Amino acid sequence: MDSKLEKHRGPLLASLERRLFLRRGLSLGALSLLAGCELTDDESVQQALTAMSRWNDRAQGWLFDPRRLAPEFPESRITKPFPFNAFYAEDQAPVVDATDYKLEVGGLVREKKAWRLPELYALPETSQVTRHICVEGWSAIGKWSGVRFSDFLQRIGADLSARYVGFKCADDYSTSIDMPTALHPQTLLALKYADQVLPAKYGFPMKVRMPTKLGFKNPKHVVAISVTNEDPGGYWEDQGYNWFSGS
Amino acid sequence: MAEKTIKVHPPLVRVAHWVNALAILIMVTSGWRIYNAFPLFDFSFPEELTLGGWLAGALQWHFAAMWVLAINGMIYVAYGVLSGHFRRKLLPISPRAVLADVLAALRGHLSHADLSVYNAAQRAAYLAAILLAAGLIASGLVIWKPVQLYWLGSLMGDYEGARLLHFFCMAGLVAFVLVHVAMVLLVPKTFLTMITGKLKHG
Repeated sequence: MDSKLEKHRGPLLASLERRLFLRRGLSLGALSLLAGCELTDDESVQQALTAMSRWNDRAQGWLFDPRRLAPEFPESRITKPFPFNAFYAEDQAPVVDATDYKLEVGGLVREKKAWRLPELYALPETSQVTRHICVEGWSAIGKWSGVRFSDFLQRIGADLSARYVGFKCADDYSTSIDMPTALHPQTLLALKYADQVLPAKYGFPMKVRMPTKLGFKNPKHVVAISVTNEDPGGYWEDQGYNWFSGS
Repeated sequence: MAEKTIKVHPPLVRVAHWVNALAILIMVTSGWRIYNAFPLFDFSFPEELTLGGWLAGALQWHFAAMWVLAINGMIYVAYGVLSGHFRRKLLPISPRAVLADVLAALRGHLSHADLSVYNAAQRAAYLAAILLAAGLIASGLVIWKPVQLYWLGSLMGDYEGARLLHFFCMAGLVAFVLVHVAMVLLVPKTFLTMITGKLKHG
């Protein structure tokens, strides 16, 4: 397991891949070679693929059981070291100042006051040892602790019938999720990793941990949360990754 | 001698065959691109043989063709079971007969006089292809929905077990396709038969 993860080329590969993608456009596939054109690049093909991805969002929404829990593991199964992954290298992870930090809360909520870190630390804490699955295919087991997001949403008077919750991050990352996933009992505002204050590489001071979503849907360094009925999209979602990406 | 035309493949089987061939081609080539994002083993697939251009594109192809494969496969299996097509064409089958026909095929002695009856080597290969496809679909569902389908995943070593099973079933199915296409090249009239459904006996 560990040796496999050492081979992990996540962030560099992702950025290199993205650069190549941007340079070549959506490039050659076996079929496109046979067809003599760049199939994925073709506008009507891309429209059809995007429509199928939206259909898959809906299908996954139907398949999602809000009461089904992701399996939890004994602490002995935790992956060490837990891999770092982002769209940048580990030494470029943002440095967020704990005293300046504010969590903005907006959109369809009653109390729009920003939250300071000590206020978040004072909320009831819950822990989980769950499997994090990356869209690239690898997986790793880790332990996160923090505030149950459904409790937090109730505390701020969020409109729980709204469709989306959007997240903005200190590293200019963004993502968004469906309300049923936001209210899932294992969705946490994680403030700790392995019983320690979340280190910078895992998203200090707060990451949203959802064992029912792929890794890229779990934003780190979250600085703003908004409840909305307009699809907020996200950093990878806007580039073609499936929006729902649920497990 | 008068020409005699025999019906070999019913229309539903022919349509399902070609829809399946296209779906498998898309699933395999996009799957190889997804594999390349984080290889399970110490090799990657050549990019020229993959579909999608990058991980997100390959995932879009994979999860679109998935529906074509699943719906077509369900229609084919329902027809095969309910019409007796599977029982007539694929059974009975015995290990001894399979071994005898595989050896005969390797010596070039296998008869293709009557293409409407599958020899034992064909029966084994086609049954294996159906089982490999079932394994691919089951393990693929677990990789897609490891939490919602946890009960299915627990039969195959959870998420990581499903990844391995998905890879090896793919390898088996690709091996089947290579042998299958080689056999069609050796007995080319079978190709036309899968399109027209008919076979002329002179």
